[in-house]
Amino acid sequence: MKLILELFFSFFKIGAFTFGAGYAMIPMIEKEVVEKKKWFEREDFYDRFTLAQSAPGPFSLNTAVFVGHKVKGLPGALAAVLGAVLPSFLIILLIAVYLGGYKDNPTVASAFKGIRPAVVALIAVPFLKMLWRLGWWARIAALAVAAAVCCLGVSPIYLLLAAAVIGVIVAMYGK
Amino acid sequence: MIYLQLFLSYLKIGFFGFGGGYAMISLIQNEIVTRHAWLSSSQLADIVAVSQMTPGPIAVNCATYVGYSVTGTVLGSILATFAVCLPPLTIMMSIVLFYNKVRNNKAMKGAISWMKPVMCGMIGAAALSFANPETFVDFKSFGIFIACTAALFCKVDSMLLIALSALAGILLY
Repeated sequence: MKLILELFFSFFKIGAFTFGAGYAMIPMIEKEVVEKKKWFEREDFYDRFTLAQSAPGPFSLNTAVFVGHKVKGLPGALAAVLGAVLPSFLIILLIAVYLGGYKDNPTVASAFKGIRPAVVALIAVPFLKMLWRLGWWARIAALAVAAAVCCLGVSPIYLLLAAAVIGVIVAMYGK
Repeated sequence: MIYLQLFLSYLKIGFFGFGGGYAMISLIQNEIVTRHAWLSSSQLADIVAVSQMTPGPIAVNCATYVGYSVTGTVLGSILATFAVCLPPLTIMMSIVLFYNKVRNNKAMKGAISWMKPVMCGMIGAAALSFANPETFVDFKSFGIFIACTAALFCKVDSMLLIALSALAGILLY
């Protein structure tokens, strides 16, 4: 029971004090899980983290699952996920409920007018960096996917499934 | 039955949410904005901005906020947040249980390597979908975009940038 509470509070702390996408949280999770609590060897942690990145869903929750499971099995995984989610849930709910009528406030409306172009940049820059790391054919494919999803309204789900099927076939029967 | 629809939509968003929070935004756009028209594109952009500014993973913050905005109730928040936790608790859990078999699985590696460009394209689609006339109202908003892009390439903190853009918005509009 003590370990379960420890897992819960460790991930609660990570959820409450880190900002941004999953990647931004990794140093914080590593510090807590590897250095402070010594639940993992560093190499082992990154080995599993690579798999967590290939699984669907938020990275941070996938990480919570593998750390929680290693420490205390299924109950540990549940406690870690609950701890990671709860701060987000409570803070956002508070904001959503009280910021609900923000459209009426001219200052808040102007602030969001300034923020919207920043959001485009915030997503476009990781996209460009990721695009840069791909090979030439993959770059063309990524641009085609972006155009198809955004301009033609194609669901990314079909494209993911098609890519997965081709990938499996090539891996099994290629060469 | 909007609650059931929201839950199913968010299950889809979660289970195909390969590539992290930003890639998931294109799925949210596709399901919540285009298909069901529960939110407008600029409403979603505002939700993403708030999710970035508040602590916690963006994907979870977005789920809680979208769930509330679509239904106007706490139950909607709970359902969407719960749905986004299910892929980690099922798929990641299975990966952990069969770790040694999965780790060097050729088929899985092949699938992931072919899915990478799609994940990248999904992030690109999310950026493009927010780059609409509601976002770029005049040359000033283009200025904010270009300044932010340059600053991000110089590794300026994204939270600071959002705060500065909010200030710029208040001063300019």
